[in-house]
Amino acid sequence: MLEEKTLPGPGERAAPLLRRRGGGKVSPALRARVIGTTAVTLFMISWEGVVRLHMINPLFTSSPSRIVSTFLQMTREGVLAKDIRVSGTEFLIGYFGAVVVGILLGVAMGWYPDVSAALQPFVSALYSTPRIALVPLFIIWLGIGIWSKVAVVFLVAVFQVLISTEAGVRAADESLIRTARSFGAKDRQIFTTIVLPGAVPFLIAGLRLGVGQALVGIVVGELYAATAGIGYEIAVAGETFQTDRVFVGIVILASAAIVLMWALRQLELRFESWKPQRQT
Amino acid sequence: MSPKLEAIDVTVRYENPRTGVTTLALEGFTVGVQPGEFLCLVGPSGCGKTTFLYCLDGLLPLTDGRILLDGKPIAGPGRDRAMVFQSPSLLPWRTVLRNVTYGLELQGVPLRQSLPRAREMIALVGLEGFEHYHPSELSGGMQQRVNLARALVMDAEVILLDEPFASLDAQTREFMQAELMRIWQETRRTAIFITHQINEAIYLADRVVVLSARPGRVKSILPVAVPRPRELRVKRTPAFLELEDHIWSLIEEEVRLNLRSAAHA
Repeated sequence: MLEEKTLPGPGERAAPLLRRRGGGKVSPALRARVIGTTAVTLFMISWEGVVRLHMINPLFTSSPSRIVSTFLQMTREGVLAKDIRVSGTEFLIGYFGAVVVGILLGVAMGWYPDVSAALQPFVSALYSTPRIALVPLFIIWLGIGIWSKVAVVFLVAVFQVLISTEAGVRAADESLIRTARSFGAKDRQIFTTIVLPGAVPFLIAGLRLGVGQALVGIVVGELYAATAGIGYEIAVAGETFQTDRVFVGIVILASAAIVLMWALRQLELRFESWKPQRQT
Repeated sequence: MSPKLEAIDVTVRYENPRTGVTTLALEGFTVGVQPGEFLCLVGPSGCGKTTFLYCLDGLLPLTDGRILLDGKPIAGPGRDRAMVFQSPSLLPWRTVLRNVTYGLELQGVPLRQSLPRAREMIALVGLEGFEHYHPSELSGGMQQRVNLARALVMDAEVILLDEPFASLDAQTREFMQAELMRIWQETRRTAIFITHQINEAIYLADRVVVLSARPGRVKSILPVAVPRPRELRVKRTPAFLELEDHIWSLIEEEVRLNLRSAAHA
């Protein structure tokens, strides 16, 4: 009587038909990883090579070995620890503030049409303005310490979180809500059992967009006016042609972005375990 | 015997909030359902079948008329009725087990009590061993079984089914009809089943109600004399085919009348 249990992942069904070209015995995931690692290694070697062979002046491009030694030297000087602490503090306070406020306002705007009507004009106006343009104002209001940068980070990240959360709450499945009503659910129950869980994937997408924006916010804020921080370090090094130091700053920002994206991906996987496994 | 459920002169008119166009979905609709009866409603598409079922469940307000359950008018959804929707409408982030307990949770039944009952219903619909699967891992037929189990676990006196097998392929659909008969015979609830497939209605029903084109009215009520338990092959007996042909001619007549009046309008 039972229908055959099917796990119809589209990739799964396509797999036997679509033999990958050059596919050997290794799994596609491992294969992709090996190719990626090889490509990055080759890039590093050629970068180092062209500098060592005097084909390019390291003043313009630096080189992997110079970046590493400058990194170590800056660590010894104690500059780097301070910069990371300052930028990290700005990021953490601003970003978490943005997450909390963004989620609360996003949920309120998605769930109550009146709240949405009241706030929508402000959100639209601020979201479409390049918020980086407000940096000078924050400096005037909050000085050149961390708080002007916290404000920038907050302001650029909050809208990503808010808009995604609102969209997620609005996207609640009508047929599920009708089902819940048929079982006598109250509004509060519909909200907690259907609307909120359904909004989680949207919310995480918003968190991810927010991270990118927040990092941009830190750098621009510190480039403009600061006394410490990764962006400040990049600005000073750039003005004095210390290319190696500029690259150290860039590498730190890139690493931070990668780690944060990875952490959010883990969070997403945790909440999306009910979705059909994505084929990579 | 007094009817379990009774609709008296039910009229439903609703307005599309965007266009302002009002639609008269049902007009003077009267039908009674006996306790433990399996009643099927068939009719041309758009005749208000689903509207009527939503009214029985309390999801839609009546413009006029009354719906009585055990002689008392209904006011909104209640524990005495459970609905099986056309789409499985399962919560994708919940397992089969927790989807089945969902209705009970909404009514404040503690998990300690609802879990054993849910397991029992999952076994009844033939999904034992799939308790911890998520809906996306199940076939369409299995999802509809979960939908059915979620309604049955409520222990409601009346089960409302809105074309639950419409999206299934022809073979699965036949199996599910037979399964529904088996389950219904074990539980013997009053059931109201909406479909547009005539032989499905005859196979399942004690009586088949044929609706007119919109606005929906009762055009004809036909008892099905085929003894129970019914096997799927009764669908190919002469008496069955004759009834099917008769109902089809009633619906065809409605569709033609409707087309003609639409052409004149």
